Amino acid sequence: MTDIFGVPIAVLLGQLLLGLINGSFYALLSLGLAIIFGMLNVINFAHGAFYMLGGFAAWLLLSSLGLGYWETLVIAPLVVGALGAVVERLFLKRLYRIDHLYSLLLTFGIALMLEGLFRHVFGAAGKPYPIPPSLTGGINLGFMFLPMYRAWVIVASLAVCLATWLAIERTRLGAYLRAATENPSLVQAFGINVPLMLTLTYAFCVGLAGFAGALAAPLYQVSPGMGSSIIIVVFAVVVIGGMGSIGGAIVTALALGVIEGLTKTFYPAASSIAVFVVMVLVILIRPSGLFSREA
Amino acid sequence: MAEAPLLDVKRLEAWYGESHVLHGIDFDVRKGEVVTLIGRNGAGKTTTLRSLVGVVGKRRGACIYKGADLLKVAPHKVARLGIGYVPEERGIFSSLSVLENLLFPPAWQAGGMAVDEIYGLFPNLKGRDSTSGTRLSGGEQQMLAIGRVLRTGADFILLDEPTEGIAPVIIEEIGAALRILKDRGMTIILVEQNLRFAASIADRHYVLDQGKVVDEIPNHALDANMDRLNRYLGV
Ligand SMILES: Nc1ncnc2c1ncn2[C@@H]1O[C@H](COP(=O)(O)OP(=O)(O)OP(=O)(O)O)[C@@H](O)[C@H]1O
Ligand SMILES: [Mg+2]
Repeated sequence: MTDIFGVPIAVLLGQLLLGLINGSFYALLSLGLAIIFGMLNVINFAHGAFYMLGGFAAWLLLSSLGLGYWETLVIAPLVVGALGAVVERLFLKRLYRIDHLYSLLLTFGIALMLEGLFRHVFGAAGKPYPIPPSLTGGINLGFMFLPMYRAWVIVASLAVCLATWLAIERTRLGAYLRAATENPSLVQAFGINVPLMLTLTYAFCVGLAGFAGALAAPLYQVSPGMGSSIIIVVFAVVVIGGMGSIGGAIVTALALGVIEGLTKTFYPAASSIAVFVVMVLVILIRPSGLFSREA
Repeated sequence: MAEAPLLDVKRLEAWYGESHVLHGIDFDVRKGEVVTLIGRNGAGKTTTLRSLVGVVGKRRGACIYKGADLLKVAPHKVARLGIGYVPEERGIFSSLSVLENLLFPPAWQAGGMAVDEIYGLFPNLKGRDSTSGTRLSGGEQQMLAIGRVLRTGADFILLDEPTEGIAPVIIEEIGAALRILKDRGMTIILVEQNLRFAASIADRHYVLDQGKVVDEIPNHALDANMDRLNRYLGV
């Protein structure tokens, strides 16, 4: 038996793998979005732009400074995170006290400006980024061929997501974050510098987006539009998982990546809307999201 | 000349947005004293405590504590001066377990109580470590809220209505714990509507009305002044 509903198993597994890879990127991005929303109460529309910046940072570090992949994978998120810290300190910080709509507009504006700026400077065409020599080739699993770089993307993003989740659920710093989500002024009254914590949280989450962008560079080409094309799906993921649920964001992201992959195999025409169909169903049945605390 | 008070509040005013709530509060607290703020609902007792710890941002006047003006200290630095705040709504975090809640505030000063000591003071909390903080009963949450500031080494505790809505047995336990803390030399501001409870532990009482301190009564004169007090409290 090598077919399932007329689809060869190798093709099916290949699509599943692709789905899992997409899901890994969704997870890195929606995790950050969920944390930012939970802590800062900001719907960060600029998240896709920071992902794109991560990709460009990687590409620029390679093409103009000649830095290798591994240095880049560390430096690109740091650069993007630092930029995030500046954005939080200069702009977002002033908007916490007023309607959320303002921070949404601000981050949307930042996204448009960054994308426009990069389109203007670098053009719309994609920039190739080679797969690092240490991760070329692949493993023959018997039933399919698994390219090394794809395996690495899945492992690296899952490890980063898991580490972030553990840090939030199991450490003291994480307890500060969780408590500040509930009652920031009380946390402050216990002596914790909440404004600094908010800046670092935003920088970290945006840095995660930068990491995802750098990780994506060898797989997809680096282009100014890469952020806006992925961010819509990521928002759907966060809506489905429930804004503010971190574990939920990770699980939902992977599941939706796989659902997309399966749709592509069995009914390719629907693959680009599968996520949104799920989103509509979830909104109808459980409007606050699958993993939200309040029912 | 008498020693300067530990806390000297002068002409404290405070606002919530545009609404002017405190209109010049004056009182002082000496080291090792238990002082209550009493007054009817909406008199400004909670707002006074919130102003001290910086939860209310818009304030005027001066609150001199150990030589520093609390109104000029950044909100996250107040606790570092050894001030422990137990809010009216208790402020137990639902996303944190009982133990996480207890361990939550950093210990800013030496001399804080160990977790076992806190469990000794409030045995009801023992064995509940992994329960979510807000699953505890109201009285237990109050004990947790008090316990968690004791760990920090705070020697000046602001307690906002610890007996509100709590069963009489638990009130007794909280009262006993507070007397132990007082004997250890802790300084306490107690906001309280329950006069019997207040009288069982306090040295002095300040009466607040409409955002002002309108009277000061030493604890030993409480009985003699009952009529006056009842008039203030409107009972
Ligand atoms: N967050 C807030 N925003 C606006 N006004 C407030 C707020 N909190 C309290 N007030 C108002 O400030 C005044 C003082 O309130 P406060 O809570 O300090 O009184 P209180 O003496 O603690 O009363 P209670 O005994 O009911 O706890 C009241 O008129 C109240 O309505
Ligand atoms: Mg009150």
